[in-house]
Amino acid sequence: MNGSPEIRTALLRSMMRIRVTEEMLAALYPQNQMRTPTHFSIGQEATAAGVSAALRPDDAVFSGHRCHAHYLAKGGDLQAMVSELFGKQGGCCGGRGGSVHLTDLKAGVVASSAILGETIAVAVGAAEAMSMNHQDRLAVTYFGDGAVEEGIFHESMNYATVRRLPVLFVCENNLYSVLTPLSCRQPAQVTIHERARGYGMPAQPVDGYDVCAVYAAARDAVAHIRSGRGPYLLECTTYRWREHVGPQWDYDWGYRSKSDVDAWVERCSIRTLKATLIADGVCTAEQVDQWEGELRTQVEKAVRVAQEDSFPPVETMMEGTY
Amino acid sequence: MARTITYRDAISEALVQCMEADASIFVVGGGVDDVRGVWGTTVEARRRFGPRVFDVPNCENAMGGVVIGAAALGMRPVWVHARNDFMFLALDQLINMAAKWKYMYGHARGVPIVVRGVIGRGWGQGATHCQSIQATLAHYPGLYVGMPSTPADAKGMLVQAMRGEVPTLVLEHRALYDHPGEVPESPTPVPFGSGAILRRGQDVTIVGASLMAYEALRAAALLQEVGVSAEVIDPRSIRPLDWDLIRSSVESTGRLVVVDTSWAMCGFSAEVVARAAETCLGALKAPPVRVTPPDHPAPVSQPLEDAYHPSPRSIANACLDVMNRNERADTSVPDVQKHFMGPY
Repeated sequence: MNGSPEIRTALLRSMMRIRVTEEMLAALYPQNQMRTPTHFSIGQEATAAGVSAALRPDDAVFSGHRCHAHYLAKGGDLQAMVSELFGKQGGCCGGRGGSVHLTDLKAGVVASSAILGETIAVAVGAAEAMSMNHQDRLAVTYFGDGAVEEGIFHESMNYATVRRLPVLFVCENNLYSVLTPLSCRQPAQVTIHERARGYGMPAQPVDGYDVCAVYAAARDAVAHIRSGRGPYLLECTTYRWREHVGPQWDYDWGYRSKSDVDAWVERCSIRTLKATLIADGVCTAEQVDQWEGELRTQVEKAVRVAQEDSFPPVETMMEGTY
Repeated sequence: MARTITYRDAISEALVQCMEADASIFVVGGGVDDVRGVWGTTVEARRRFGPRVFDVPNCENAMGGVVIGAAALGMRPVWVHARNDFMFLALDQLINMAAKWKYMYGHARGVPIVVRGVIGRGWGQGATHCQSIQATLAHYPGLYVGMPSTPADAKGMLVQAMRGEVPTLVLEHRALYDHPGEVPESPTPVPFGSGAILRRGQDVTIVGASLMAYEALRAAALLQEVGVSAEVIDPRSIRPLDWDLIRSSVESTGRLVVVDTSWAMCGFSAEVVARAAETCLGALKAPPVRVTPPDHPAPVSQPLEDAYHPSPRSIANACLDVMNRNERADTSVPDVQKHFMGPY
């Protein structure tokens, strides 16, 4: 196991914050008060928590459609996220963005976008600005295995390597693009991280269900990038538990079996780390229950505030176009 | 103080003066730092500002993201395309990110990128090197689209773009690059959404931007020979569009001819005619006419190419048609690219 007791505790609590939030929101979804297509991060928490723990507050994070975990792990405002899902004025985009466009500039969550691979290049541009201004900040781009098939992924890796930019590419390989398995979409002979190496950047495969391994790999990657040696890619193998978009389980759809899903649920990063920390005497089961209770209270409050918040006035609909 | 310089030198001067004043401006694009510097428009900026003017890999899709990401972190990128046809590869970033950033994310500052795209014409540029994509770009709220026709506007609109807060596309016309004109020495911005009356007239309003404003002026001279007085309106920016200026001209002449470098279907000319129908139909003494390339891709072979683009003669003849006059315009006016020897 990597990391000090403090780091491991922080990783557990970061993952729990994502899981509790996502599960509570997923449970509320059928009420139809949140009307925005939502790609839940349940099952993929370890990547966001592990990478974020290796970052500084002034590092900039970019994400795709499945952005809740990345937003929360980087310190994104919970209330602003929940209000955004409810389409309210207090939302992080004022009700104009929705689930797939989360942003919190104060927390360094610059932009998320629903178009596959789009923000990979935007992160590279942020890194270009950091490099031009001689800052030692870095940009992180999270994307899935689906985005790897887009030309922009390859253009971005090429550009970042040629320009030696401070950007960390984090591929969350969850094995499916919507319902289509990786085997239908990419050559089995060359892994994603091997393709990154083909562009001349260091790249490592990581078990995306071992949060401490993700943290350790991210720490190495960040050290490499901050020392001015250019971009780095992590390929984190992970798994989404719920349907591609929406709150339901989907093992009765035929593209994957319940036993497939159960095998990953069995490996749950949160449960594993919790058991280890308790066994190591770092924390007690009661403490973990207390943390979870506090998180539940926070989310309940956020939902209540969001429900009570106003919708943006229709007269303001045009504002911000220019 | 104004003096006479070319369109290309006016562009160069805008870059140099704005980069001098604002360290956050940088210039990227294919060939911006080579000896020719995009027909001389980036040579002086490169000489003075070195690494702030740099060539990049061929990756229009990613480059769109790169300039947007840099702008999101406070920079002011100027991104140059030697042919605007290549910008189709960047449309996702321009339309889905740049145009929507400020609105969708609710950030106080948007992503003020400046994109220069050059429209080609003549010497067999062909189907993929002489399109002009203003209609494609102007369709999307959140962007500005400018099409300067004079050296002063080429400088002033670029200055405005580099000082403004809106993602702005400036389409320059290669056929105008050698044209001289009076240009203020100081970096004087030309606002977007403000058209110009290039020539006063009573009988017919000709609306045309970029090279078509120049061609409309040549057409107006032909029309004068047969006693027709044409008013020439250069909208200068396609989005926002100075509709008030066009409408008041149409209301005064009662006749409208719209000329465009691009096709009629869903094009800029369609927008102008639609607005005329919506706002000043009663003032029209005759149905409006559009003068545009015919509805097919651009051919290469010289006689076909010569027949393809709107010319002073075709514009003048359209005006005569609107006037219900039987004369035809003089055929001796040379093609605007007559002396162009290529390749680009």
